[in-house]
Amino acid sequence: MQEAKSVGQQEPLLEIRHLSVTFRHEGVETTPVHDVSLCVHRGERVAVVGESGCGKSLSAMSVTQLSPTDRARLGGEILFEGEDLLRAGQKRLEQVRGQGIAYVFQDPSASLNPVMRVYRQITETNRELSKAERLARTEQLLAEVGLPDPPRLARAYPCEMSGGQQQRVMLAIALAQRPRLLIADEPTTALDVTTQQKVLDLIDALAVKYNMAVLLITHNLGLVAGRMQRVYVLYSGYTVESGDVRDILLYPQHPYTKGLLAAVPRLDAPKDQPLADIPGTVPSPDDWPPGCVFEPRCGEAFDRCRREVPPIHRLADGRMCACWKRMEGEPCCCK
Amino acid sequence: MLLQVNQLQVTYRQIGRPPLRAVRGISFELNAGQSLGIVGESGCGKSSAAKAIIGLQTEFDGEIRFEGKSVHKMNRAERIQYRRSVQMVFQDAVGSLNPHMTVRQTLEEVLRVHRMVPAGQIPKRISELLELVSLPERVLAAYPREISGGQCQRVSFARCLALNPRVILADEPVSALDVSVQARILNLLRTLQKELNLAILLISHDLAVVRTICDRVCVMYKGQFVETGTTTAVLETPQNDYTKSLLAAVPDVNRSLDAGRGALRAS
Repeated sequence: MQEAKSVGQQEPLLEIRHLSVTFRHEGVETTPVHDVSLCVHRGERVAVVGESGCGKSLSAMSVTQLSPTDRARLGGEILFEGEDLLRAGQKRLEQVRGQGIAYVFQDPSASLNPVMRVYRQITETNRELSKAERLARTEQLLAEVGLPDPPRLARAYPCEMSGGQQQRVMLAIALAQRPRLLIADEPTTALDVTTQQKVLDLIDALAVKYNMAVLLITHNLGLVAGRMQRVYVLYSGYTVESGDVRDILLYPQHPYTKGLLAAVPRLDAPKDQPLADIPGTVPSPDDWPPGCVFEPRCGEAFDRCRREVPPIHRLADGRMCACWKRMEGEPCCCK
Repeated sequence: MLLQVNQLQVTYRQIGRPPLRAVRGISFELNAGQSLGIVGESGCGKSSAAKAIIGLQTEFDGEIRFEGKSVHKMNRAERIQYRRSVQMVFQDAVGSLNPHMTVRQTLEEVLRVHRMVPAGQIPKRISELLELVSLPERVLAAYPREISGGQCQRVSFARCLALNPRVILADEPVSALDVSVQARILNLLRTLQKELNLAILLISHDLAVVRTICDRVCVMYKGQFVETGTTTAVLETPQNDYTKSLLAAVPDVNRSLDAGRGALRAS
């Protein structure tokens, strides 16, 4: 395995193999996630990118079966430290959530309880502690996430804080149990550019300090470029390309990755040219084309793309790519 | 001069606290066919200024003039005409449409209330509006939740254009959208500006977005403009420290990639 080689022959921390998520509603089945495979090693920073509706968040939620994936039929394997979480019981999942894998979501004001003081939310899982102990623990965590005046903020309500401060509180909650993996689902989309940079710097620093792996879900390729090590590009429930961040962003192979990159507004682009975009939209899960899912929007598509789903190939530089035009490497069953 | 803002100040009274001076005297001018960007982080007063201009915040100091006439001195008919002429597009596209109305009802309502066209011509005008914003006819029967965020934002644009506006005030119109959809909405905004000779006031914290749309840009910090100038000048040779820090914070694929390319060459 290419990834395993680059970080020494160790077992991945999290490995998702051929994940599928199927919902059943009034007798009709839809499968928003079809075939997603990815892996994260200990202490590694990995990004998942794609447009909305491509299954990024659902794949992330499936890892510990958070709602709504607890009502879905999950296929494939999700190995966390070698243990298949899809076959684990509720009790075990509750242990993994928080201690093994913690989440930070997009909108901190929606994730925090508006009528609970910050210290009570942060130490909600430590009810055996006295109030003084809970306050002390909170102040320590708040200081760790770089918030000013922890004694005051520990007693504050979420609405008394700014969005950036709220997201730091979410991070403090996530870090409280020292997880091995932090899944950050669009953690800074609701924040300003300057705040965004600070929050991401903080996540980076904490990841290094505690040797915590980070799985960052985002649609902003600019965030991926400077910070992450590997990237998975998801489209419509499939992993279409993955590999080293620099390889993928400098020399994208899959037409979808190329399109995503071209659509980013740049500070150095010629001013009077229209921005490139990807025509059409992500197909809805019950309206998938028979061949490659990207074929209807792809400028390079040919006959075969319309009939058959392209398998994932490993190209010469080690990246994985699922496209009929990029078949020079060897076929690869996984990742 | 189409729109003239002179020493605009917006102050909010607060109970038990000193008044909050959100906008502390900003001035700018905007002519037909021009586009001006206002950038700054949240809390800098961008949206308060926008609210004052569009008439959602009626208490302000200073002067807002439309076609030479101060909005405080307009009579009823003039004020109605002003409100038609200055239209706003909001950040939350789905949230700014009425969830209980189909797209057709939303567009019909505007045309009917403002008596923009005779009742018989409403369907024809709706078709024209859809064509302007490149939406298919089939979205007319849909409710906002049934169409995508990008399509909702197009409906918002169609709703504005129904009133034949002269100025469009867009407050973070693309920050809630995907990159690929963002590109399409920005392209739409540019085409509309050219075709209809609109004046555009774009509020954003994303300098790359401002750059694609605007000729001039004002950088706002703590209620004041700290730097103004042509977009090229401000972005390429920023003078103010705050502008520089704002530019440095933009997550830029290319800057990171250039650094990556440099490292590749070095190794």
